[in-house]
Amino acid sequence: MSFRLTINGKARTVDVDPDMPLLWVLRDVLDVKGPKFGCGAGLCGACTVHLDGQPVRSCRTPVSAVGTARITTIEALDQTPLGRAVQKAWLDLDVMQCGYCQAGQMMSATALLAANPSPTDEDIDSAMSGNICRCATYNRIRAAIHQVAAAHRKG
Amino acid sequence: MSDGSHMPERAPQPDRRLFLKVALGTGGALVLTAGMGRAEGRGEAALSAYVRIGADGTVTLQSKNPEIGQGIKTSLPMIIAEELDADWSRVRIEQADTDATRFGAQFAGGSLATALNYDQMRRVGAAGRALLVAAAAARWQVPATECRTDPGVVVHTPTGRRLGYGDLAADAARLPPPDLASVPLKDPKTFRIVGQPHGGIDSARIVRGEPIFGIDTVVPGMLYAVYEKCPVYGGKVVSANLDEVKALKGVRDALIVRGGTALEGLLDGVAILADSWWTANRARQTLKVVWDEGATASVSSEGIAATAAALARQPGTKVLRKDGDVAAALAAAAHVIEADYSYPFIAHAPLEPQNCTALMQDGKLVIHAPTQTPQAGRTLVARTLGMAEADVIVHVTRCGGGFGRRLNNDYMVEAAAIARQSGKAVKLLWSREDDLRHDFYRPGAFHTLKGGLDAQGRLIAWHNHFISFGQGDKFAPSAGMSGSETPARLVPNCLIEASLIPAALPTGALRAPQSNALSFVFQSFLDELAHAAGKDPLDFQLSLFGEPRMVGTDFDTSRAIDVLKAVAKMADWGRPAAARPGLRTGKGLAFYYSHRGYFAEVVQASVTAGGEITVDKVWVAGDVGSQIVNPSMARNQVQGAVLDGLAQALGQEITFRDGRAEQSNFDGFPLLRMPQSCPVEVQFVLSDHPPTGLGEPALPPAPPALCNALFAATGHRIRRLPIDTSALKA
Ligand code: FES
Ligand code: FES
Repeated sequence: MSFRLTINGKARTVDVDPDMPLLWVLRDVLDVKGPKFGCGAGLCGACTVHLDGQPVRSCRTPVSAVGTARITTIEALDQTPLGRAVQKAWLDLDVMQCGYCQAGQMMSATALLAANPSPTDEDIDSAMSGNICRCATYNRIRAAIHQVAAAHRKG
Repeated sequence: MSDGSHMPERAPQPDRRLFLKVALGTGGALVLTAGMGRAEGRGEAALSAYVRIGADGTVTLQSKNPEIGQGIKTSLPMIIAEELDADWSRVRIEQADTDATRFGAQFAGGSLATALNYDQMRRVGAAGRALLVAAAAARWQVPATECRTDPGVVVHTPTGRRLGYGDLAADAARLPPPDLASVPLKDPKTFRIVGQPHGGIDSARIVRGEPIFGIDTVVPGMLYAVYEKCPVYGGKVVSANLDEVKALKGVRDALIVRGGTALEGLLDGVAILADSWWTANRARQTLKVVWDEGATASVSSEGIAATAAALARQPGTKVLRKDGDVAAALAAAAHVIEADYSYPFIAHAPLEPQNCTALMQDGKLVIHAPTQTPQAGRTLVARTLGMAEADVIVHVTRCGGGFGRRLNNDYMVEAAAIARQSGKAVKLLWSREDDLRHDFYRPGAFHTLKGGLDAQGRLIAWHNHFISFGQGDKFAPSAGMSGSETPARLVPNCLIEASLIPAALPTGALRAPQSNALSFVFQSFLDELAHAAGKDPLDFQLSLFGEPRMVGTDFDTSRAIDVLKAVAKMADWGRPAAARPGLRTGKGLAFYYSHRGYFAEVVQASVTAGGEITVDKVWVAGDVGSQIVNPSMARNQVQGAVLDGLAQALGQEITFRDGRAEQSNFDGFPLLRMPQSCPVEVQFVLSDHPPTGLGEPALPPAPPALCNALFAATGHRIRRLPIDTSALKA
């Protein structure tokens, strides 16, 4: 079946099985490799992308369910000031270990900060609980989110 | 390490036949290659460093160790660049591919990377700097002693004249190589790069989502593959409905691959190739395989526990240590404490599932793999497929986590076999279910313990019966134990014996192999003994270590004492945590010495009336030598290792039924999540010893420190992992 998708601001048409999860349409059909595969079961968040700004697990989102929603992946994070602030905080605080989870972490964090520019620790816990970091860089992920929020408060 | 996993046992010998070649590269570049003679002193020497200084002043360094997230790809080049006095902003780092004739031991494991390379890398960098200084001195016709360097430039101190490294590279390349053994090294006090925090070399690419992991590999004409193996370890394919699978839309091929019997090698399975991975993986729902499951089909966790209980009633079949007379000392002891401990099998679960891309190209097998041991993988592939090693080329990609899982190259040999048999370029990707069901697990074990205290509360007898896995009297991989684990060597009467259960389950090294589990048993039991002796656990440990001295050739009690004192200070040990309504809170202490690192940790944990655990905070003091190469990375590693240890204790367990693992994804095998994580405060205690690695030794104290905190909070002693919270109810 043919689907018209808007990915990172560009229109793309794919001809795939309607059940194919968005993750695999992105990775294997369109060569958008930023979203990562970690569990395929909605349990790790490595595959997180935005649909109209909302974080979703692309491994559990059939392509047929996307509809007209705008898809944003880590590759387009730098297209907004908030996304760039998140990237900067991640680099400033040297969050990464293996780095594999971080695309998903940054997409979840950006969605959180867009909805809530000054999240508390509890807000962070609940918004980020679906994103596993096997290397357990949680101390720095939390600090990076707070850094973006603090920079925002300063204006 | 003494159990046949892939990590070398030998201590580093930094001055062993290190040599240097100097050459003029294209475009007037200075090229330094440094090598080590082989241990046996025969054959071609292996290259261990490559440095290129271009005429434009760019410094290119090759990183020879696979990056699994421990930051080695950044920290080893930092050491060379430091002694070279390079301008770090002009340094480029490339990942070296596997070529055993060019590069020496290439592996990421055992926390050895730093220890093996620190001195070598310094000398190589220093030699480069000496050449550049000599070249500048010759150009200016001044004595070299009048010259110094600033980052990337040589300066003639009396006149202030300056020449960039790029301008000097071609001249320097024509000079004779300096003697590495006597080349002057910098005073570490003047370091500008080492000891400063540096971000990971790939971090900027990661925040942009660039395709740098193994799973992102694309080669022309590539198909996507899954590989279905028998859920029972080592089972054989009898038959499979390949035609039905091949008829599915998008499926391009399906084939039976024949393997051998070694669990670490290629095992029988069915490969499905399709035009997307999802299509290949979905075809498994149609695939029906008749398996010959073999003898392992009768293995279960219950059966293992019953066997262990029976073995515990008999003497061990293997003695690992015998000092003094344990029976007599226990008979004479004022106080004898006995306890049984156990811990489960657990999986590595690196977040990037196993994958490998392979294709035949001009008679050679070309492989792209996220692996910790590319050379061993190449050997395995060549041997299994009957090819010459020279015809197998392994490109190393970044790894989405290692933790020891990627020391084994089973997925590499699978991809290679599928590519060769199908004649297609394939990217093999395991599902998470494949990963958790086909790991080389950290083996579980059972311990019976007896400790004897004298009238003054001193530990005078230690008896440990270790019930583990293996065939005959040979331990399974990573299922062994040395006879020198703390507190052995510190107790005058010590008997450590072992019995082996012959279950054929795949086991292997997990971050801080052996220590990650043994620490829980020994440090928890020491806490029990401290309480039985009526002593503060810190005082009990300090008196165990006694006078500052060397124990054996490697263990320095003063370093253990220093980290214990440091962590006690950080955590305000001795001052109970502030009481909060509805919570029982306690602090627990543990120490462990592993991988040549000394770590002491304090955990503060709180427990609700319902038994729910919150870890409030962890304090860590670690001694890994005189220099922390990259403090930012080091702290990150230590925090990760500690939280990893807590996650293991809090909920991780692989159980077996009918010869197969029962857990298959992160619902059944929970990894730590943000809400369970806690602040981890880290302090490095610098000591006058060569730097050693820290990716591993920070982990072992965390599980027992947590369990000891739970005892302090609730009075309930945890003797089995993972922690059963129902026992912690008020
Ligand atoms: S891959 Fe989608 S949640 Fe894990
Ligand atoms: S950095 Fe490795 S999984 Fe998060």
